[in-house]
Amino acid sequence: MLEKALIGGRRYWGLIILLVVIAGVGFIFYLRQLSYGLGITGLSRDVPWGLYVANFTFLVGVAASAVMVVLPYYLHNYQQFGKLTTLGEFLAVAAVIMCILFIVLDQGQPARLYHVIVYPSPNSMLFWDMVVLNGYLLLNVVIGWATLNAESKSEPPPAWVRPLVLLSIPWAFSIHTVTAFIYSGLAARPFWLTAIMAPRFLASAFASGPALLILICLIMRRFTKFNPGNEALEKLAQIATYATIATVFFLLLELFTVYYAGIPAHMIHFQYLLFGLEGKAALVPWMWTSILLACVALALLINPATRRRENTLIAACGAVLVFTWIDKGLALMVPGFIPSPTGQILEYSPTLPEVLMTLGVWALGFLLLTILYKITISVKEERAA
Amino acid sequence: MEVSKRRFLKLIGLTVLGVLARPVFGALSRLKAARASPAGAYFAGKRWGMVVNLKSCTGCAACVDACHSAHAVPSFGNPKEEIKWIWTIPYEEAFPEQNHELIKKELRGLPTPVLCNHCDNPPCAQVCPVGAIWKREDGLVMQDYHRCIGCRYCMVACPYGAVSFNWRDPRPFIGKRNSDFPIRKPGVVERCNFCEERLAKDLRPACVEACKEKALVFGDLEDAGSEVRRTLDSHYSLRRKPELGTKPKVYYIV
Repeated sequence: MLEKALIGGRRYWGLIILLVVIAGVGFIFYLRQLSYGLGITGLSRDVPWGLYVANFTFLVGVAASAVMVVLPYYLHNYQQFGKLTTLGEFLAVAAVIMCILFIVLDQGQPARLYHVIVYPSPNSMLFWDMVVLNGYLLLNVVIGWATLNAESKSEPPPAWVRPLVLLSIPWAFSIHTVTAFIYSGLAARPFWLTAIMAPRFLASAFASGPALLILICLIMRRFTKFNPGNEALEKLAQIATYATIATVFFLLLELFTVYYAGIPAHMIHFQYLLFGLEGKAALVPWMWTSILLACVALALLINPATRRRENTLIAACGAVLVFTWIDKGLALMVPGFIPSPTGQILEYSPTLPEVLMTLGVWALGFLLLTILYKITISVKEERAA
Repeated sequence: MEVSKRRFLKLIGLTVLGVLARPVFGALSRLKAARASPAGAYFAGKRWGMVVNLKSCTGCAACVDACHSAHAVPSFGNPKEEIKWIWTIPYEEAFPEQNHELIKKELRGLPTPVLCNHCDNPPCAQVCPVGAIWKREDGLVMQDYHRCIGCRYCMVACPYGAVSFNWRDPRPFIGKRNSDFPIRKPGVVERCNFCEERLAKDLRPACVEACKEKALVFGDLEDAGSEVRRTLDSHYSLRRKPELGTKPKVYYIV
């Protein structure tokens, strides 16, 4: 089936070249980071994790969200999602690959990453994250490929795929739960010390993943013969709606506990995020943008008329994506470190090389996604023909 | 020889199992036994700890200089890349929970030496994904610079901000050195090691030796006759953030 990725029109090759160039620029800066060290980024002693880990966290959510098309189809026999399951699984594959690349990018000694395997440390949530993410990657590669292969031969998928699919459903929840545990289990960081972290992560994942999938489907409907059907899109939009509501609700729960209990060590980080501290307020515009976009998304999604109209649905999905990217990215990462445990306020802003490397990873992920989707669509078009 | 697909996959599976067996058993056995410490006369300590007597500390920072030249700690001159093993901060920042607007005048802004607390329950060791940080039998929190992958999870997990990272090559920024303590590579973390290398030679930690006021006291917390225990017996003492359950082994007298 791979050969299908080599046959495409001018638009397809144009996209491929664009993504290769962006990834290439990122790679050149990565070589610089390898020789100079992580000092090339805006990270510091006080803020040791930033843009890379923020994107990692967001993308684990996108990966987990594949379950939102897989579960209705396989457990509830919701046939409308039949055309989307492979797309969901391949989206998960691309997202996990990006997660792994962001982790590699973030290591001081990336050549030693194999230490995680040769010195396994079950005490560490990073160890378990490595286990669940790689397992999830493997599951989705195998399931997606086997299903598509069967489809290309006009056969039903082999019988062994179903148990793997069933396994992949709880596994999807596990990847985002373990990722939340990386943060929520640390006594040192009151900002993250909350049991609602994992549910919050899952809710925002099930908002951002379907929103991304809707946008991709609409793009593909415009430029290819692929049509997921209006009913499937409407169902995805409903899922994104409920999940966005849950995300905002969980955020409000967090704010209630923190502000009503009024424990200074917990409150001060939200204070920095929402209003700034001692005149230092790098995140304030981001956070209020995020809040504004959440309101816009809710208004457009809850109203059935705007949820069904293509233009407003696109705007709503865009708003959900940016809102959740900020909420689970920089707005989650950076305030955990500011102020520092001894009360210092050393702000963080990513450097240009850091941003270009981040874009490079996204480009590489979308390159993989483009190729996988090209193959999928070609198979579906052949069958339809 | 004909190798069927099934047989090939079986062989791959067995190979993977074989490769994984040793590290998995290793990890399970590591959960139990802490790594042993070398024996020596001064080394007879069972549980090393330190007392910082703020009543006699003048804030001269001789301890900082001694430590940083004994351990080839670079000075970058900016807070972003800063590496520090022991340093001073105002009293209110070392003990934020104890601070209030009517606090005793002498304590206000008092330079307070802070360092790795060598916790009995070290969160840095708990979160390290490669076992590069661990607690030794004698209570020292140890670190392997060669195993560290530079993920910085320990920096995130330490409630005392005691861990530093080598954001770039430290070599050009190292001032005077008075020992052969190895220089670190970029991309690994580092922190106070309670002068493990000096203890092995029956020497006290460099900071303790450098303190003219004898404000730093080091010794065995298990030994009721030790100087640390006698100091703690006769003074009221504090530890930093004891409510987190890390069980720090650096005590403060105020």
